Amino acid sequence: MGWETIIKSLRDPIVPNLLDYTQAQAAFSWKQARRELEGLPCGAGINIAHEAVDRHATGPLRNHLAMRWLGKSGRIENYTFAELQTLTNRFANVLRSLDVAKGDRVYVLAGRIPELYVTAFGTLKNRSVLCPLFSAFGPEPIRARMALGQAKVLITTESLYQRKVSKLRPALPSLKHVLLIGDEEQRTCAPGTMDLHRLMEDASKQFTIEPTDPEDVALLHFTSGTTGTPKGAVHVHEAVVAHHITGKLALDFHSNDIFWCTADPGWVTGTSYGIIAPLTNGITSIVDEGEFDAERWYAILQDQKVSVWYTAPTAIRMMMKVGAQLAHKYHLSALRFLASVGEPLNPEAVVWGQETFGRPFHDNWWQTETGGIMIANYAAMDVRPGSMGRPVPGIEAAIVRKTEEGKVEIIEQPDTQGELALRAGWPSMFRNYWNEPERYKKCFAGGFYLTGDIAKRDKDGYFWFVGRKDDVIKSSGHLIGPFEVESTLMEHQAVAEAGVIGKPDPVAMEVVKAFVSLKDGYTVSEALRRELLAFARVRLGPVVAPKEIEFRPKLPRTRSGKIMRRLLKAEELGLPTGDTSTLEDG
Amino acid sequence: MTDEEIRSIVLRVLGEIAPEADLSEIKPDADLRDQLDIDSMDFLNFMIALHRELHLEIPEADYAKLFTLNKCVQYLAAASASNP
Repeated sequence: MGWETIIKSLRDPIVPNLLDYTQAQAAFSWKQARRELEGLPCGAGINIAHEAVDRHATGPLRNHLAMRWLGKSGRIENYTFAELQTLTNRFANVLRSLDVAKGDRVYVLAGRIPELYVTAFGTLKNRSVLCPLFSAFGPEPIRARMALGQAKVLITTESLYQRKVSKLRPALPSLKHVLLIGDEEQRTCAPGTMDLHRLMEDASKQFTIEPTDPEDVALLHFTSGTTGTPKGAVHVHEAVVAHHITGKLALDFHSNDIFWCTADPGWVTGTSYGIIAPLTNGITSIVDEGEFDAERWYAILQDQKVSVWYTAPTAIRMMMKVGAQLAHKYHLSALRFLASVGEPLNPEAVVWGQETFGRPFHDNWWQTETGGIMIANYAAMDVRPGSMGRPVPGIEAAIVRKTEEGKVEIIEQPDTQGELALRAGWPSMFRNYWNEPERYKKCFAGGFYLTGDIAKRDKDGYFWFVGRKDDVIKSSGHLIGPFEVESTLMEHQAVAEAGVIGKPDPVAMEVVKAFVSLKDGYTVSEALRRELLAFARVRLGPVVAPKEIEFRPKLPRTRSGKIMRRLLKAEELGLPTGDTSTLEDG
Repeated sequence: MTDEEIRSIVLRVLGEIAPEADLSEIKPDADLRDQLDIDSMDFLNFMIALHRELHLEIPEADYAKLFTLNKCVQYLAAASASNP
């Protein structure tokens, strides 16, 4: 700590939506938040796509720019709410014509291209379940997630299909339809697939959303645990109430905003705030297909007149390394609100925002399971650099500890470490882990959702992140399960044991590091290290695969035989490892 | 250092970061990040390794000038000529 609080002076002509935190928290009700949305006609429930697209397409925002897409190579495409309605209707009809029903899982594996956004909303209109996958995943994470969720439909590009999916087809018996987007706008005719654009052209542009219960499943987002397979967090259509209101209160959306969320929809941020929340709020969303590049990003902020920018600590730290000088070459006067999520934002980065843009970055905290922002720094609230802020109105957060009887006890004493917990029952709370109700149940106790994050609360109610309770790795804003990496390494014939940890990194927070011991008959060599690295990258893709591999004659194990990742991590950090009893997994 | 020498060092370093890649298939004017599945951390490691191998300063603000193989060679050749 020791960082000075950034006092808000409220000199902007645009008055923040959340002006007085205490008052807003006291006055808030989810019922009232729900009233900001329309609901399906004739009381037929609530559907995310209706609130985001159709509601505006049939109202005064019909010709308002909903989405501007910036292609890697400089092409720009604009979509009004009315145009999005037509396209998403067409896609919903495509699904209907293929007998894809309510509740069937529709997966999208693509970079940030317009088709991703169109098929996402079309899927929701058809009341099928949308599961976006990160396009940088290798075949193994793709296979695992598609098999777990029993994907019926996959939408992807021809090149991704050829590189990552076509060989998986025999392992995915539930997959009935693969709809391809041709590369460079060409038609595709790969065997066993259909051309998405051809289907779209043949489909009607009229579509009426069937009655949708608020509890109907809408989204499936996979996240990683310490052990076992990835977990599919299930979200329902009612989640849109939280997407919408957090966009308004935590990201301070105003009607003429131009909003840029840099996250990929393969991760929950890129869906809740890269697809849904800006559109339910009727504002313009910028989608950039390109990867991080400081100059390109400054040019986008300037040329697109971005007013609200939601990005991630790794990107901010990379921009800091490039230096503020570059930022000063651009006119960034449209920028009004800067926010960050993915991992805790270090105080230096918060303050760097203030020095460079005249505005601090506003860190906020949430998880795949929470569906939307839960704890945040607000436009009108003083920022304590390094703190994730205070719970959004409607959310009760607490620091708790588990008692011996398995109950939870709230820790009232300020500045005391414990598990961050949220009172269960907000609209975007996950409703299950796909097909794993037991695993889901374990996340709750005493009416709270237990987040697995360790945090503290100061005497004024600001929350501070301390660490993870488990061994899940946080790298560049992505959650990576060590088990998924270990199991892949174990498939290599030379590997006897594998233990994977997050190695602290100044830019990415952590990078994936693997410790490996070899079977008898294999010897440690540089060639073998590279072979293992290649083996992991081909199967897992660059974001999940280890960045470092270190050989060990033997890996430390607990008495019950589990690899002691925490001991490996302590050794990596040069921490004392004498008392290993505290390092063992619980 | 000749362009060819630089090119072979660049390829060797890429081979360490993405050992699964067939380096003979690289299109010299296409983005290396797309072709080799290189994420932002890999790219940072690529820059650090080039610095280590060639003893040249590559300021972060210049990273975008090294996104393709030909651009790498061009940039590094110019940098080594001005910093013998």
